[in-house]
Amino acid sequence: MTQLPLRAQLASALGRSAATLSRMTGRGDGSVIGGRVGLMLEPDLLRQLARDRKLALVSATNGKTTTTRLITSALLELGEVATNVFGANMPAGHVSALSQHKRAPYGVLEVDEKYLPEVLDTTGASVVCLMNLSRDQMDRAAEIWLLAQKWRRALSGKPTHVIANCDDPLVTWGASTAAKVTWVAGGQRWKEDSWCCPECGGPLDRKDADWACRECTFHRPEPQWAVDDDAAIDPQGQRWLLDIQLPGQANRSNAVMALAVADAFGLPVERALPRLREVTSVAGRYTTVERDGRHARLLLAKNPAGWLEAFDVADPQFPIILSVNAQGPDGRDTSWLWDVDYRILRGRPVFITGQRRLDMALRLDVADVPFTLCGTFSEALAMQPPGRVDVIANYTAFQDIRTEFGRAV
Amino acid sequence: MPSDSALRIVWIYPDLLSTYGDQGNVLVLEQRAQRRGIETETIHVRSADPVPETGDIYLIGGGEDRPQILAAERLRRDGGLHRAIARGAAMLAVCAGYQIMGSTFGGEEGQPVDGIGLLDIASARGPARAVGELVAEVDAALNLPTLTGFENHMGVTSLGPGVKPLSRTIKGVGNGDGFEGCYAGHVVGTYLHGPALARNPALADLLLSWRAGELAPLDDSRYEALRQERLATVLQG
Repeated sequence: MTQLPLRAQLASALGRSAATLSRMTGRGDGSVIGGRVGLMLEPDLLRQLARDRKLALVSATNGKTTTTRLITSALLELGEVATNVFGANMPAGHVSALSQHKRAPYGVLEVDEKYLPEVLDTTGASVVCLMNLSRDQMDRAAEIWLLAQKWRRALSGKPTHVIANCDDPLVTWGASTAAKVTWVAGGQRWKEDSWCCPECGGPLDRKDADWACRECTFHRPEPQWAVDDDAAIDPQGQRWLLDIQLPGQANRSNAVMALAVADAFGLPVERALPRLREVTSVAGRYTTVERDGRHARLLLAKNPAGWLEAFDVADPQFPIILSVNAQGPDGRDTSWLWDVDYRILRGRPVFITGQRRLDMALRLDVADVPFTLCGTFSEALAMQPPGRVDVIANYTAFQDIRTEFGRAV
Repeated sequence: MPSDSALRIVWIYPDLLSTYGDQGNVLVLEQRAQRRGIETETIHVRSADPVPETGDIYLIGGGEDRPQILAAERLRRDGGLHRAIARGAAMLAVCAGYQIMGSTFGGEEGQPVDGIGLLDIASARGPARAVGELVAEVDAALNLPTLTGFENHMGVTSLGPGVKPLSRTIKGVGNGDGFEGCYAGHVVGTYLHGPALARNPALADLLLSWRAGELAPLDDSRYEALRQERLATVLQG
């Protein structure tokens, strides 16, 4: 790799020091502050740090952090990989990730959906992985149709190789201006944001996984890869039993996306797949914490599509604790609770907590789901019989619980 | 199978206008009718389908700019909603759906787009996005408690003589002129997006009473707990 210019070297080094300081003083993991310091000293730092590396950018509404982790795990088979492991998914986080692994020939960066065009322009990443788009924290996030349009503009005229989920019509539309696309039939559980054609607004007709616009020519492209229950099907039609440790259909889909990205890096399935199986939890997601004989499995769900995925993972045999906040990162608007169908929880002991538990209480009441209201997570946990319990929490509620258990990973 | 006498709730274009929790209004109306022994039938009308004329309460929600324009075009072409309102049906129009009811609203680039003219209002794109909690005192003639909810829009709406303001804002932006929403006959428009009725069950009951007559009281403790918590937090903050 070529040497960074002196100014960039200095910016990068000072950023790393700031990050270390932040960690040592317990202020955070340092990945945002470090990058900010670096960018302040050298605004062009991200471009310079990205140069001469083969990068994959990973974006979606849900599954970004997990898929980034899976791809990283696979690419370690090839060599050192720089990645924003803490989910700091804006340019400061990317600078930080690349600064910390100066010599890594590979990089896998989770990118906020809104920032994808900017980060793609700056880094010139050769691979982009796009999984899904659905309603998410509308009080601060961009509207998704608009977002997909920005992806189209950003990908148009670039040599980028896109790996995209063709079961999501909006993602398909967002990806289809790219010069090269590998389509993955990754599935789509949440369909409420894709009943209309992104191209013309006409109704989309759906039959099983297939979809096509009734009024224009926009339709589902032929996939090269597919997820089929617990197996991946590669472009040659060969079935690979996934057998990953991360639970749920959404993660099996993430795993197939990761295999397709690995393939774009020249890494065959037989080498990538064993690496995916090593991943057991991602920044606290899916991990199990224990207190006084209660084993609580932590599931993160930030939006309606995420709740559907969490319900798919949660075990109907066990009680369930739901915790909802509405801090800045969660979105201050709890309207999305009304998009989630909670009736699936009927018959399970349900406990609710979090700062916005009264919103959840009314929501469950209207869905005819009996529940117990708890002041704190600890109180909810203490009410459980010894044994297993599932926990679904949105972003800051999830982080609060992790913190109680020493930043459980 | 619902009987002919069932209260018909019609949700217009959930495929275009249901960005964030709009389903909540349907669920709250259903619950509050059913708990009083009023049978309901809910019809989800997709944008490719005709709007039935014989519904009792029509709901239309919020959405992005493009779907909003498509919805306005389709409703105008279809005409079913106009016929239903002419027959005396009640309607709650929320956010983008509220703007559509007027003569004009702002499109993706702020360009004026024709509305469907069911309310005497005109909307345009405002200078900044209004995002946050909203609190407003409802027009005394409607005899409703304080309005509470969340708004998220870029619209500014001016009211003509054919409508009355729904409420006067205490917190938040609403129409942009100190008022929030409007009503005329049995049609109510509001910028309180998503599940506005979950935070304002009395407004849900007003819509129900327009079609089902006098309503028995319900145990509203869940609604009331949420309302009090929200109002206390928002008015202190």
